[in-house]
Amino acid sequence: MSSISVTKPRVRRASRGGSPRRAWTTERVIFTTLNTTFLVLLAVLMVYPLLNTLAISLNDGMDAVRGGIGIWPRVFSLKNYEVVLNMDTIYQAFFMSVMKTVVVVATNLFFTSMLAYALSRNEFIFRRPITLIFVLTMYFDAGLIPNYLLIKDLGMLNSFHAYWVPTIISAFNLIILRTYMKSIPDEVTESARIDGAGEFRTWWQIVMPLCKPTLAVVGLFVAVGSWNAWLDTLLYNSGEQWLSTLQYELQKLLSSSMNAGANTAGNAAAVGAGGQLTTPIALRSAITMVAAVPILLVYPFLQKHFVSGLMIGSVKG
Amino acid sequence: MTQAPVSNVVTAAGLEPALEPVSSGASRKARKKGLKDPKRKITWDRVRAQRALLAMAVPLLLYQILFKYVPVYGWAIAFQDYKPGRGNILNQEWVGFENFVDLFTGVNGERFRRVVVNTLGQSVLTLVVGTVGAIVLALLLNEVKNLPFKRVLQNITYMPHFLSWVIVASLASVALSLPSSGGFINQALMSLNIVQDPVLFLTEPNYFWGIVAGTNLWKELGWNTILYLAAITAIDPTQYEAAEVDGAGRYRKMFSITLPGIMPTIVVLLIINSGWILSTNFELPYFLGNGLISERAETIDVFVLRYGYELGNYSLAVVAGIFKTVVAIILVGSANQAAKRLNQETLV
Repeated sequence: MSSISVTKPRVRRASRGGSPRRAWTTERVIFTTLNTTFLVLLAVLMVYPLLNTLAISLNDGMDAVRGGIGIWPRVFSLKNYEVVLNMDTIYQAFFMSVMKTVVVVATNLFFTSMLAYALSRNEFIFRRPITLIFVLTMYFDAGLIPNYLLIKDLGMLNSFHAYWVPTIISAFNLIILRTYMKSIPDEVTESARIDGAGEFRTWWQIVMPLCKPTLAVVGLFVAVGSWNAWLDTLLYNSGEQWLSTLQYELQKLLSSSMNAGANTAGNAAAVGAGGQLTTPIALRSAITMVAAVPILLVYPFLQKHFVSGLMIGSVKG
Repeated sequence: MTQAPVSNVVTAAGLEPALEPVSSGASRKARKKGLKDPKRKITWDRVRAQRALLAMAVPLLLYQILFKYVPVYGWAIAFQDYKPGRGNILNQEWVGFENFVDLFTGVNGERFRRVVVNTLGQSVLTLVVGTVGAIVLALLLNEVKNLPFKRVLQNITYMPHFLSWVIVASLASVALSLPSSGGFINQALMSLNIVQDPVLFLTEPNYFWGIVAGTNLWKELGWNTILYLAAITAIDPTQYEAAEVDGAGRYRKMFSITLPGIMPTIVVLLIINSGWILSTNFELPYFLGNGLISERAETIDVFVLRYGYELGNYSLAVVAGIFKTVVAIILVGSANQAAKRLNQETLV
């Protein structure tokens, strides 16, 4: 991608295609109006489904079945959330999701950055073949059953290890990190070496601190991927309830209530839990929100990092 | 789907930032001529001097080989009549290519052909709609001069990318259902008098490919604009100025400068994605597919999971998996070759 170069964020550049102060010609007024309208509509489309689900989840279950809820609850009630938070499985699954994400992010960043450092050293003799072997794994996949059999043969079925051991390196993040490390001037690592630092110390104390923004991006990718994963639970850990994750619980709930044809009949039936009455549609909305909220809370903090990190990943090193 | 969960960040995203080419044209030519970079010639002294780097890389390389390449021993199942009850791979009955014949002909062959057509249809539609949509949105965002407004728009459109497919499938199934279960799409259509009765989106097979492409578009549209916007930023501003002097208007500049300027990005992203054409779209068909629409909904990955994992018919599932991987490698290679022929940016 030779055409892309890193641009420093937050530089007010003159707008493209001329000086920033141009006359408001008729063409420009019409275009800007239409463009703005279209983009605002698009933004509304992006958030509406979520707001709608939020409204349904905050609505009384029996009332929600009548339909017609927009982005504001009609009969406000926190009952659905009470029911959800009274389910032991949901609690446990939430905790397990957090645990899994923390461990996966920590191991991933540690190992991927270590390898990225080695592969970013120009003088490293096996640089090219090793890089190629890792890049190939983006496309080469033995398949679901062979992978399952490997985990089984390693004795990792129904254990926490199945969550983090197979995933400590992702080829894609490796490339992003390696590319960024390559952009660090050689003089920096050179001077560290002259001061007597070995490779490990150079990586840990010199290069890692310089990579913080990129590590944040990669960490975000890994965290989101781990938090959102459900198939690993289904395949490897569905035999043990305590290993269940939030996405998997949500998925089970969805598949039991998502028979398109029977969708209306099912919704009329009330679900009782802890003496509370609610309906599947409202309950499902509440669980969906519980699963979505953590990601949406983290997102604003990390988003300013990730665009710049992405750009770094796409620069030719 | 069968990628490790973490790399789902990549697969789920469909389009992801381009890799820089593994080797630039110049050094590739140099290697063909047998000119090796003298700095990386392998000598015993070098290996000794670089033992710290080797200690960092080699264990992880072995690890990766164990988890990504070693499972290939499972491909043996494709040539066996695999019965889980018989114990491990070594105690199975070998049947040669029987499973391949079984999967590609007869009743199973018919089903598998449908499954492949569905996978290709859904993926190609998703890729085309997604790419065109992202380029158009990037061009429109690029025309927004009010920076705070632009930033808010970008943040809103990136957001769905971070939601899991489980959540997105849940939102989609609610949105597409009957008004009584919260189906606001039907509600909107009915109140605008476009339809009289609610449309049964999820029970009509012919809608499904469109639903998959549409849902993917909703989830990834904003995210996919990131790289195109980055590529647009890298275009030399003097080109625009020169075009303006020559009397080019807004659209002329878009077509004659911006689009050619981001062409390398588009090509690289298409190459990268060509290899995932058979692996994308696992979750939606799995969650939203049902008996009524499975003829249009079932994809290879769903077939492998349902038929292989859930019914214990490992042999056929492994054959399908081999088919997928082989095709993926061929596709990436061919796309890369084609780009090379056309003198475009290539991946490797």
